[in-house]
Amino acid sequence: MSATDTIRNGEARQPAFGFWRRSYAMLVKEFIQLRRDRVSFAMIIMLPVMQLTLFGYAINTTPRNLPTAVLMQEDSDLGRSILKAMENTAYFRFTREVHTVAEFDELLLSGKVLFGVEIPRGFERAVRRGDKPALLVAADATDPVAAGSALGALGPLVQSALDHDLHIGDPPEMPFEIRTHARYNPAADSRLNIVPGLVGTILTMTMLIFTALSVTREIERGTMESLLSMPIKPVEVMFGKIIPYVIVGFIQAALIIGIGILLFGVPILGSLLLLAALTTLFITTNLSIGYTFSTIVQNQLQAMQLSMMFFLPSILLSGFMFPFAGMPVWAQYIGEGLPLTHFVRIVRAIMLKGAEMQNLQYDTIALAALMLLAMTIAVTRFRRTLD
Amino acid sequence: MNGAPTSARPDASRIAIDVKGLSKSFGGREVVHDLSMQVKRGSIYGFLGPNGSGKTTTIRMLCGLLTPDSGEGSCLGYDIRRDADKIKRKVGYMTQRFSLYQDLSVRENLEFVARLYGLSDARGAARGMIARLGLAGREDQLAGNLSGGWKQRLALGACTLPSPQLLLLDEPTAGVDPKARRDFWNEIHALAAEGLTVLVSTHYMDEAERCHEIAYIAYGNLLVHGTVDEVIANSALSTWTVTGEDFNGLMAELTAKPGVDMVAPFGTSLHVSGRDRAALEAAISPYRSNAKWHWQASEPSLEDVFIDLMGRSRDNFQ
Repeated sequence: MSATDTIRNGEARQPAFGFWRRSYAMLVKEFIQLRRDRVSFAMIIMLPVMQLTLFGYAINTTPRNLPTAVLMQEDSDLGRSILKAMENTAYFRFTREVHTVAEFDELLLSGKVLFGVEIPRGFERAVRRGDKPALLVAADATDPVAAGSALGALGPLVQSALDHDLHIGDPPEMPFEIRTHARYNPAADSRLNIVPGLVGTILTMTMLIFTALSVTREIERGTMESLLSMPIKPVEVMFGKIIPYVIVGFIQAALIIGIGILLFGVPILGSLLLLAALTTLFITTNLSIGYTFSTIVQNQLQAMQLSMMFFLPSILLSGFMFPFAGMPVWAQYIGEGLPLTHFVRIVRAIMLKGAEMQNLQYDTIALAALMLLAMTIAVTRFRRTLD
Repeated sequence: MNGAPTSARPDASRIAIDVKGLSKSFGGREVVHDLSMQVKRGSIYGFLGPNGSGKTTTIRMLCGLLTPDSGEGSCLGYDIRRDADKIKRKVGYMTQRFSLYQDLSVRENLEFVARLYGLSDARGAARGMIARLGLAGREDQLAGNLSGGWKQRLALGACTLPSPQLLLLDEPTAGVDPKARRDFWNEIHALAAEGLTVLVSTHYMDEAERCHEIAYIAYGNLLVHGTVDEVIANSALSTWTVTGEDFNGLMAELTAKPGVDMVAPFGTSLHVSGRDRAALEAAISPYRSNAKWHWQASEPSLEDVFIDLMGRSRDNFQ
């Protein structure tokens, strides 16, 4: 076979196999690059396993053990039996006992409890007389899912529990009336609950990505080298990178809330100024966390993966999608570490319940603490040299 | 290791860079080994050496971007380990790869640098630099869209903007056309005349000859330093220049001879060099009688010296 024959054979083969050969070459290259990026490779395995076990165990759509406050206007056997019966339904867990209506209202407003039970003065005597007095059960109905199933179970479950305990008259008729009062969202409109939560969810997603890429981008474009050779401190780099996006985030938040009001009729019962101030705090907290990610990761792919790893639990464990109180305690602890958890409480409380600053102290402090923690990590992690 | 305390402080007015015994390793590979150097204020110091010889690493250690594993020294009188922040205020560093913001315009990049260094009139300083660089009319062009020569001028402008006392230029003219290269060097000489100290790394021999002093670094070791004439004189290299025709066979034959260390064509002539003068003369004597060629004893060029150094250092350190 002559040299020209060989060439001709080679040329003849190319149209048939060229496509696959070039695809194969590309594929081999991608695999090599993927294998070199160990962190990304580890995340490919870790991410689904972690998220699945985490959410599989944490999420519960028929929540139990919901925190409930008790206002006892009289100390009677009947009253205690009713409370016992309620607790036996497993839906309620009495976490606070209060003595005034004001305290009772504050606990509901600040979201520390989801239910409040009031046993009025002279309750037992009225039952004995057959007056059918009313037992008040107030529910925070901003989250209709959390409140709904417990309220639905309340009547029959309490009655059957009482039948065992008490023998007041033979007919299976309730000797008293349970008056439920769905506060804040009496129509149980889930959109009222979803829209304020969405403000936080959308902001989490956009803010994280903005800053998560900021440091890695400087490194990948090579601008970090000249930046580091100039007299600028890590704190200054951080503020310079975060502040522009605070404004961007603020505009986004205004847009989402505006649309929520116009299209979905979501009210803002509380102070608009307070909402703006705490939203800005929340935006800054997320930007700080994103920025922290970008000082930890080595490239933009890792930055995106880490952001996703943070974003998913934020949606699922913050109380935005599923009732927070229904999660197991360990999942609630994780939830407390997520800014969205606190912001969902804040934004719902201000928009739907008209809460004021004194009702939101805990969540505000938690947000500020998370922000400071993230900033501290970012400033310490920021590498000032190319070592 | 040189454990003697640095004597830089008293000399800080005269000496810009004074370092002793700098070493740096990456992943177990020593990139810079026990490097000591002194650079006088107001001089242009050329830093030469093959790729991967440790030039960039040394420059980065001088401006605080890398921490030396061992060694000490001062830059403009400031300790390179402790006073990195102070050094950064007075040193302009031009990176090998263009590292200004490609998506900012020429003016925006310069204003950014001016603000970072806290110049009182950032806009005015940027405007002045644009005029000095001859970039007027291009100030609103994105830096990423500039040609190689203009990018390099902009980068030089950015690092001279805060009026530094020392410029560290890492292969500033790589990939730039000869005209832009010449303009660049004229600018560097103008800056040095104003009292600025310049440390510049390069591969080009003609650029080395434009420096007041040069140092040659290979495999992390500083091998020689001094003026160009001193380096050539101290090379102990004997060179003969051959003119004539038909070098092809001659080159191959000479290269194989003992005593001949280097044979390099230079246009229509051939440079034949050896470290041992007597051995070299013995090797070439059979060819000197051939009428085809004309032999003349000459000085080695700087390139001859460096290529010889490179060959020798490879024997020693690899």
